Amino acid sequence: MKNPYRTQNIAFFFLFLATLLIIIPVGLIVVVIIQKGLPAINWQFLSDIPRQGMRAGGILPAIIGTLYLVTGAIIFALPIGLLSAIYLSEYAKDNMLTRIIKLAIVNLAGVPSVVYGLFGLALFVVFLKFGASILSGSLTLGIMILPVIITASSEALESVPYSFREVSLSLGASKWQTTRHIVLPNALPGILTGTILGLGRAAGETAPILFTVAAFYLPQLPKSIFDQAMALPYHLYVISTQVPNVDEKVRYGTALVLLTLVLFMNLVAIIIRYKFRKNKKW
Amino acid sequence: MVKFKIHDLNIWFGSIHALKQVNMEIQSNEILSIIGPANSGKTTFLRTLNRLNDLNTNFKMTGAVEIEGEDIRGINIEVLRRKIGMVFALPLPLPLSIFENVSYGLRMHGERKKKKLEEKVEEALQQAYLWEEVKNRLEESAFKLSGGQQQRLCIARTLAVGPEVILFDEPCSGLDPISTAKVEEAMVKLKQKYTIVLVTNNVKQAARVGDRTAFFLNGELIELDRTDKIFTAPFDKRTDGYIRGKFG
Repeated sequence: MKNPYRTQNIAFFFLFLATLLIIIPVGLIVVVIIQKGLPAINWQFLSDIPRQGMRAGGILPAIIGTLYLVTGAIIFALPIGLLSAIYLSEYAKDNMLTRIIKLAIVNLAGVPSVVYGLFGLALFVVFLKFGASILSGSLTLGIMILPVIITASSEALESVPYSFREVSLSLGASKWQTTRHIVLPNALPGILTGTILGLGRAAGETAPILFTVAAFYLPQLPKSIFDQAMALPYHLYVISTQVPNVDEKVRYGTALVLLTLVLFMNLVAIIIRYKFRKNKKW
Repeated sequence: MVKFKIHDLNIWFGSIHALKQVNMEIQSNEILSIIGPANSGKTTFLRTLNRLNDLNTNFKMTGAVEIEGEDIRGINIEVLRRKIGMVFALPLPLPLSIFENVSYGLRMHGERKKKKLEEKVEEALQQAYLWEEVKNRLEESAFKLSGGQQQRLCIARTLAVGPEVILFDEPCSGLDPISTAKVEEAMVKLKQKYTIVLVTNNVKQAARVGDRTAFFLNGELIELDRTDKIFTAPFDKRTDGYIRGKFG
């Protein structure tokens, strides 16, 4: 006869082991990058332009460029994503058109990022004549994170109990009032979390900005949204593969800055979620 | 006076025929209890009156429901729902403070003056016998109240809008006997001003508070009469069987 406690323990061991394995790559990445990159971090590295063919100096234009791109992407993607999420989860009837739209969103999320880059090149850079610019890059990144924002927002809206809507409507509130005063405030933390995670992704992607905005080397800061800009992920690619004899610590330093930026955004998302969950009233 | 007139009402949800050929009248200032086993169409009937069934995408209705001679489908839906309040089976406070819960309907109808809102909130909470228990904690979350208090809060929230009719959908199903007694007491007092339709799974509750009682079975209205008559000498033997607990 089998001992049920023993099988229980074996099961527990493997489940725990599998979970533990997740920590290892994350831990290794963070440790290696901090160890190799930290010596490069100083005030000059963060505030100076690249010098000596990007082998010395700082990475300020890349940091600023990434911040511009992320901000531009969010200005474009959040309103459109949120409004369409509200439409889809609160108003859309379950018909052919709605199903096609939902299918499109799922597919949009599955498109490889380099395809977004080509698409951005064709539409924004060439056809709309924005040139390789912050505008083109932001719009391309915005389209890339749209499905993330729509999906997260829809889920957040749908997680608000249906009974709240019924109560509100039964009191004579209109559908829009119900959405605006009951559904939206309670979905906000989920929407914000999804948005920030989308931003983190936009900050780290190289392919969509490759043809639409990223400059190989640009010693001054961009002055308008029609200027090209450097960006952290592309800069990292350039100094790792295209420029010979770049000191290892410069490369890892750049990676550390990018990683910190993305992890910081995730941290903000976690804090928001935690705070709202604590105040959650149902 | 006749408040509601229902002619040949049929309701479908997709292929399910939920209400079949219902004809009845509901009087002003009465408590009409509706009893019947699960899936007999009681709640569907109730939700027809304030058009909450319309939220269901595959809902279909024939026949007519008139409130004071006017077809409910001809009235602006927000106006109709202001006239016909509803208290749900479970206490469902909105995720807001006690004060905001009670004032919600009024605010949605455009009332902005704080003074006026405060007056109305107090009045509604008084009517629901909750004022004394919450008057010093109006800013607290409604979820901090006990189940019975939450249900009286929901009644107050419905009253604050100033309805003519209140629909109760098994309002005591989640409450203990003492809270139930308080809600019933509130209902009996409320009928002086309002028309009340009470759906209940508790036959004794129907006997206690209903002026008239309707018995639904499988989507049909089997019998509607004065409560004492239904409970002593029902016309239909199925009614008798249900009341005696033979089925359902």
